[in-house]
Amino acid sequence: MRCLSLICLLIISLSAHSAKLPGCSGREAIGDRGVIVERASGSVVIVNSTSQELLCRVEGLGDLSHASMVFSRDEQYAYIFGRDGGLSKVDVLNGRLENRIIQAGNAIGGAISQDGQIIAVSNYEPGGVRLFTADTLTALATIEAKTDAFPEGAKVVGLTDAPENQIIFSLYNAGEIWQASLDNPKKPEIKKYLNIGSLPYDALIAPDGRYYMAGLFGEDGIAKLDLWYPEKGVEKILGDYGKGDKKLPVYKMPHLEGWTFAGDLVFLPAIGHHEVLAIKTTNWELSSRIPLLGQPVFTMARPDARQIWVNFAFPNNKWLQVIDTKSASVIKKLEAGPGVMHMEFTPRGEHIWVSVRDENKVKIYDTRTFELLKVLNVESPSGIFFTARAHKIGL
Amino acid sequence: MKIHHYLVLILACLLATASLADPKIPTSQRQQELMQLLLDDCGSCHGMTMNGGLGPPLQQSNLAGKPDEYIFVTIRNGTAGTPMPPWHQFLTDDEIYWMIDVLRKETWKKE
Repeated sequence: MRCLSLICLLIISLSAHSAKLPGCSGREAIGDRGVIVERASGSVVIVNSTSQELLCRVEGLGDLSHASMVFSRDEQYAYIFGRDGGLSKVDVLNGRLENRIIQAGNAIGGAISQDGQIIAVSNYEPGGVRLFTADTLTALATIEAKTDAFPEGAKVVGLTDAPENQIIFSLYNAGEIWQASLDNPKKPEIKKYLNIGSLPYDALIAPDGRYYMAGLFGEDGIAKLDLWYPEKGVEKILGDYGKGDKKLPVYKMPHLEGWTFAGDLVFLPAIGHHEVLAIKTTNWELSSRIPLLGQPVFTMARPDARQIWVNFAFPNNKWLQVIDTKSASVIKKLEAGPGVMHMEFTPRGEHIWVSVRDENKVKIYDTRTFELLKVLNVESPSGIFFTARAHKIGL
Repeated sequence: MKIHHYLVLILACLLATASLADPKIPTSQRQQELMQLLLDDCGSCHGMTMNGGLGPPLQQSNLAGKPDEYIFVTIRNGTAGTPMPPWHQFLTDDEIYWMIDVLRKETWKKE
């Protein structure tokens, strides 16, 4: 009798447990997939970074020159921001276009909120930021980047997510940084930092979400906002950097996405100079200037931060250089091919994928031996985005 | 008239015709390179569809009313205080005029 009741109890508790859980479905894992932009044909290819092969192509995404994307936290969806104001939601698991809207006339980039619920898109025309639900791309709010000097709305650059469900962005022509809380996404609360410097052209957030830094085109220096101490406001660092030097014409704006903390140094591309800057994070002063063969566009840190891979603006865009962060010097020069557009490391950095636009190739290199491992045929490739970005602040 | 006077005259005529002729049209291979440069390098700021970006749009309608000389000087020397760089290191004067023509006629749209 006692035994029977025990069995009954066991059955009850077991069924109670199984009733509570929805169960694990057997869908394919996609943590090692990626999406590569085919900039000239309005398509993307979905790749597997373990088998190093192309899986499928998704078409009909509009003007993808200068396109970027963010991923849903389950990695299944890529939200792709097109130059023509298109916002496309691509299913990376099933390789199909899920939804697509034209949300502005001319867009530049976007971000996904900390909770994964909101997609923010930054626009040039009309200037501002628009917010959408991540599931259905339903419009939630428009943040018009209007200032006294730019009543039509300033051009928005350097949009990124930030901790505590916020977004931060810079107003290019107005020289301001705006921080918006998305707690009420239909009515985002905005904090403005004025007079942060002349012509911020791009910005980034540190991997731990503490510092937001905007590169300035109109003057020397970088605008830095410490989100642990927002009351201190925006500080200008490296204001006297490059003073007296002749600034070179810039044939392609650097991208600040690749932000490299290595030990107590941080490395940034120098605008208008053939160099990368190493800055001490203890006092935010210049530690050294690392001379390069051209003007850097992306300075991408290997995930362990021992190496930084740099590509270059026209007319030096067939080269890559690799900086060793321990010695703060260049240790390798590679001729990847004409029109190197972007680079992406595998999640733990053993390989790097490089898009070579004018050769219609994506080249995979071993980051330890610099050996070329594999070449994939991709039409006019630009941005390469692996799904592991889904879990990183600022990407 | 001595023979070398004739020669000088002929030479002068030849030079005059050369300078009056239209700007030199780039070779077809160079045209292809220039078109690529327009879409990729100009396009990185002005948009691959010339709809603008960090830089202003360069559609036919945007350029209407702006004289060739103004556009020429902008491309050749850049615009101080803006990100527009000078291109004279990479483009001859004739090539710049050819590109202005491409923009005005929007022949890049066929690419």
